[in-house]
Amino acid sequence: MSALFRIEHLSKQFGGLKVTRDVSLDLVPGDRVALIGPNGAGKTTLVNLVTGQLRPDSGQVFFGGEDVTRLSDVARVRKGLVRTFQVTRLFSEMTPDEHVTLTILQRKGRATRILERFGHDPAIEFEAADILSTLGLTEVAHRPVAEIAYGQQRLLEIAIALALRPRVLLLDEPAAGVPSSETPRIEAALARLSSDLAVLLIEHDMDLVFRFARKVVVLNGGEIVFTGAPDAAAADPRVREAYLGSYAHASRVA
Amino acid sequence: MSETRPLAASGRRWPRDVIGLAAIALAGGAGYVLFPDSLAFLTRIISIALLVLSLDLLIGYCGIATLGQSALYGAGAYAAGIAAVNGLTDPVALIAVGALAGGVAGLLMGAVLLRAHGLPQLVLSIAFVQLFHEMANKAASITGGSDGLYGIAPGPLFGLFAFDLYGKTAFFAGLGLLLLVFAALSFVVRSPFGMTCRGIKEDPLRIRAMGIGVRPTLIKMFALSGAVAGMGGALGAIATQVVGLDSVSFELSANALVMLVLGGFGSLYGALIGTVIFLGVEHEVSAINPFHWMTLVGVMLIAVVLFAPRGLYGVMTDAVARWRGRP
Repeated sequence: MSALFRIEHLSKQFGGLKVTRDVSLDLVPGDRVALIGPNGAGKTTLVNLVTGQLRPDSGQVFFGGEDVTRLSDVARVRKGLVRTFQVTRLFSEMTPDEHVTLTILQRKGRATRILERFGHDPAIEFEAADILSTLGLTEVAHRPVAEIAYGQQRLLEIAIALALRPRVLLLDEPAAGVPSSETPRIEAALARLSSDLAVLLIEHDMDLVFRFARKVVVLNGGEIVFTGAPDAAAADPRVREAYLGSYAHASRVA
Repeated sequence: MSETRPLAASGRRWPRDVIGLAAIALAGGAGYVLFPDSLAFLTRIISIALLVLSLDLLIGYCGIATLGQSALYGAGAYAAGIAAVNGLTDPVALIAVGALAGGVAGLLMGAVLLRAHGLPQLVLSIAFVQLFHEMANKAASITGGSDGLYGIAPGPLFGLFAFDLYGKTAFFAGLGLLLLVFAALSFVVRSPFGMTCRGIKEDPLRIRAMGIGVRPTLIKMFALSGAVAGMGGALGAIATQVVGLDSVSFELSANALVMLVLGGFGSLYGALIGTVIFLGVEHEVSAINPFHWMTLVGVMLIAVVLFAPRGLYGVMTDAVARWRGRP
């Protein structure tokens, strides 16, 4: 199995509503795949199924050749299957430095040690500073998250994910809610992601998708309706149909 | 920049910790000088302060809802009492027995309480303490049941200081224990473990997405909290030389919660301040009017909840911050 990450025939329904229908997808190292689709297409549900927040009704998730469908979300993160959240989930009183430090400590199996002082390991502090500077967060590294701009909080979400040294990264709308003036900073951060990392990007901002992705997967009504190059996606009638009547994106895709 | 106040700050916290411990020692010393006839009462404050500190670890640092904390306190009190009646007289060993029993009870309580969240969790905790209460009541042959457990005669502390009639030894032993526990907890809440717990309190899902297991972390905190509560119970058993059913009661659990809210949860100092204020008011006012002292506590509690949600310690830190000209 050459794919680093593969999902096979994944399905999920809530009550009578089928939110994920027989979805199959795979990623190899270095992949830059965008998952797009109108609101309610089941994009975030798919991420939740893949990362273990939800259990699928049927289908499997493979990671590095191993079936991880039954593994907990925590176990998957430790293997290198990492996600960010569509709506920022951060600790309002902690600083960016503390978020990243805690994450690095976890990677080293030290996040729940009692007889250790937090933030006093020079090697970890150096790594945390390095990650924060990569994302342009050095200036706000020691301010409580509640006091920093939303765009910076979105970047911190990515910083936490990178501190886990992921092999597969699922970015759930990294630019959601960010003023357009700050989008370039997020785009720059995405452009600097390691080339052997496999990335699945969920995004509404089509400009960002077209610049970032080498492959586009279109989800509609819980199933994949198109897989292919970004240019081909724009011209595909099924993709147009998925977006038809669905506000601004329709004209941009078409 | 002045608004920056990261949770686990740098080495500058060291002198602050020393000042804090010195303040506690000083307050204890002042109590000894001012109320030499009330040493038994002062020792009770210390014993209950350990209970309230242990409750703060769960509620203030982890966001766990519990009204059953005295089950852990009582486990320590009965374990130390039963050990003492059966011939273990060294006070330090008795405190260790209390810590161990409290820790084990904490593990058990965590395993039960972590099955639920919010209101169901609170109800489980009440069931838990009631169960412990009934067990202590029914097992009268070893616990003394409703008559209480008598015959606790601790030997001299470190083989040197006998427990005297005035409660001098018990008081200083208690104060020393409180200082040790407080210093240890100040360290723990700023360890990686402490930071993880604060994270769990705010957003367990985020902690999981960082690859940190929530349940094992909380179970660990339950054990630690139980050990602290258990030491408080053991201190009470040694100091009063009796263990009663009131040490495993819903009422004591609820009072501990009131003390914590008064003082301010999520801060170790808040737990201490709340205990001193609550028990001090109870002691003074109930001497004047034994039926209406709870009214005063009720009014204080309402005032704190409405006007100072971070408790009396929050009011104090805000005042200090304003005095220093900070926002």
